Amino acid sequence: MVTSENMADLQTKIQVRNLHFYYNDVQALFGINMDIPVRKVTALIGPSGCGKSTFLRTINRMNDIIDGSRIEGEILIDGADIYSNGTDVVALRKRVGMVFQKSNPFPKSIFENVAYGPRIHGIKNRLKLEEIVERSLVRAGLWDEIKNRMEESALDISGGQQQRLCIARALAVDPEILLMDEPASALDPRSTARIEDLIDELRRDYTIVIVTHNMQQAARVSDYTSFFFEGYQVEFGPTKRLFTKPNEKRTEDYITGRFG
Amino acid sequence: MTGLKNRKVETAIYWLMRGVTYFIVLVIAYIVFDILKNGLPAISWKFLSGYPRRSGSEGGIFPAIVGTFYLVTVTIIIALPLGMAAAIYLSEYAKQDRYTRLIRLAIITLSGVPSIVFGLFGLGVFVLFLHFGASILAGSLTLASMILPTIIVSSEEALRAVPQSLREGSIALGATKWETIYKNVLPYSIPGMLTGSILGIGRAAGETAPILLTVAAFYLPRLPHSIFDQVMALPYHLYVLATQLPDVEKVRPLQYGTALVLLCLVLGMSLTAIVMRSYFRKKYRW
Amino acid sequence: MWKDRLIKAIFFWAASTSILVVACIFFFMGKETVQFFQEKGFSDLWEIRWVPVSFQKQLFGILPLVTGSLLVTILATLIALPFSICGAVYISEVAGKTEREILKPFIELLTGIPSVVIGFFGLVVLAPLVKNTFNLPTGQIALTGALLLALMAVPTIVSISEDALRSVPRSYKEVSLAIGASKLQTILRVTIPAALPGIIAAVMLGMGRVIGETMAVMMVTGNSAIITASPFESVRTMTATIAAEMGEVPFGSLHYRALFVVGFVLLVATFILNMVAQRVLKKYRMA
Repeated sequence: MVTSENMADLQTKIQVRNLHFYYNDVQALFGINMDIPVRKVTALIGPSGCGKSTFLRTINRMNDIIDGSRIEGEILIDGADIYSNGTDVVALRKRVGMVFQKSNPFPKSIFENVAYGPRIHGIKNRLKLEEIVERSLVRAGLWDEIKNRMEESALDISGGQQQRLCIARALAVDPEILLMDEPASALDPRSTARIEDLIDELRRDYTIVIVTHNMQQAARVSDYTSFFFEGYQVEFGPTKRLFTKPNEKRTEDYITGRFG
Repeated sequence: MTGLKNRKVETAIYWLMRGVTYFIVLVIAYIVFDILKNGLPAISWKFLSGYPRRSGSEGGIFPAIVGTFYLVTVTIIIALPLGMAAAIYLSEYAKQDRYTRLIRLAIITLSGVPSIVFGLFGLGVFVLFLHFGASILAGSLTLASMILPTIIVSSEEALRAVPQSLREGSIALGATKWETIYKNVLPYSIPGMLTGSILGIGRAAGETAPILLTVAAFYLPRLPHSIFDQVMALPYHLYVLATQLPDVEKVRPLQYGTALVLLCLVLGMSLTAIVMRSYFRKKYRW
Repeated sequence: MWKDRLIKAIFFWAASTSILVVACIFFFMGKETVQFFQEKGFSDLWEIRWVPVSFQKQLFGILPLVTGSLLVTILATLIALPFSICGAVYISEVAGKTEREILKPFIELLTGIPSVVIGFFGLVVLAPLVKNTFNLPTGQIALTGALLLALMAVPTIVSISEDALRSVPRSYKEVSLAIGASKLQTILRVTIPAALPGIIAAVMLGMGRVIGETMAVMMVTGNSAIITASPFESVRTMTATIAAEMGEVPFGSLHYRALFVVGFVLLVATFILNMVAQRVLKKYRMA
């Protein structure tokens, strides 16, 4: 779980510098600064509408597709600003994968779902695709359950399986970072537990940023936590410390349930 | 006491409404039935494959069938890709700005223009100004202009029916916008686009006014060689048979036969579209 | 990336053709209209006779054509209105689910019947019927045309009115029933008034369709260009005039231009009708 590490020993994967975000004239994020460490799980918590999902989507530039969205500031991944002019957004999204709140499997076969990403990035050889698909499904902990059902429609499997399928789909393009927007909020407790176990394993190889409204989940699963409130980042630090001895009063109020 | 009386009055009014509504149904059914009943005896292989004789008062309607077929085909070739492309722009690319509103205004305006005005437009622009002359090309361009709004509107509807989550999932995996549309939106919307378009095309097949001035002829000795030729067409043929020929009693069966063929063609297309629509609705559930 | 931009441009231009076509239509109609007025004055249009082909004096009075169209349109709307409203109310409020699933497509079927076929039916079946019923010299009169047009307008009016009725919020109806009003009272006093803007828009769109209809009227209204308000007389509509005379007219002549003027009037009339109807519909949906 969470180990007590000296922050200075940690390598930073994602640096956020003075990030402001606007939807047309409405400002949604105010001056966010954060260093997200590599191969750890960082959780974003906060009440509804505080901007945590918006912030998550700035990391893989998914907000670009929204009309009227505007950004100021920098986000550096391995030192390079992803909002600079020459950035290849397609390549960025290959490095930074995303799993959505409501699982969204494509109305294709299970195989085609997972193979979608690699296909887009140029892999056409069927054997290679099968290898990647199997590897990703194993990684997502879904392989054993559906290895004989690969040609079936992805819409025919259970909700928990669909979400793991979406995780496998994201893993298939071999990302370095995984963004997860409330990945278990639509699932039953058993499936939720499986997803949380999965995150625990995945942390060994991927930098994970997860948005969650469930504080217990954040406490169980993450190494670092950031508390967002009304578009501001209130506090950031090791999960264990933030949950037991928060620096800010607002953080304490949120964690003890006084609001949100 | 009044409660009971009110209920009786209510029921009577409901029956009145029911009667009126089914009266409409009855009239529609009667028209179809009348054409069927009087047209069926006129249908024979000779009628369908033969050429008209004696200024159309005898013989068959083969060239009119062929002409309608050519017109519909060229119209589809022009209008379908154009309409679908326009719909893709409106649904997937367009921002909510003034130019987009202008496009939508144009589409609504077009859908309200009377068919004879399209005929004048076709005459002025395609036949005369562009020197295509009275031809399949001019006629099809005119018909295509007329059904363009229908195709755009129904295609856009089909595109919007695809959930946004599919697009987002694809983009998040690193696909470009066009890749996303091509692989994850179009495959699921093409059936709907085609269905809506078939209805528009059916309308094009049955319209007389736009082709009156731009392509139709009544008595052509041979079939067209190219798209610059004039053709005979079923709607126009029916019109002339019904209004310009003197020997009314003799021509009556041919009139009905022509009407029946045209009706079957157009209704057949509508029916196909409706059947397709329910089939695909069941196939793609999200 | 350039491939993506090229593709977007292709789609953009495809969508823009709609603007191009509309602009062309207005331009060409307007151009011929202006050229007509360069030769003949505006007052010439207000003549009460339309005699475009004459050895003595050509008369381009548009009034008989306009009144012909108006007579037929208004008559048709008046006839169609009760039937359509009844039908729409019945389908949306009274009919059962399976009934609705059969009725709606069946009525929409009518829009699929080509107007020339309906005109043919009118000529062969309806006109003689009217002639015999009213003891007239001919059945090709305004009334017959109005009946056919009413039939053609019904599906449009029913369809849009039915949409309007069904989008009345359930809560309105439930409140009325909860107070103790009967279903019929609710329909009459709550649902229909709430859907009224939508119904009005539906009627306008129906009228727009009717005024622009060519073939069906041409075949049954008798085509005599006179000014009359009697449904038992033969009339000439604007649409029939264009269709009937355009084939014989020398290109570029005054008569040719005059027909474009008639077309332009038609264009503007239907445009205004449609725009007003769309406005009403839009406001209604917002509210």
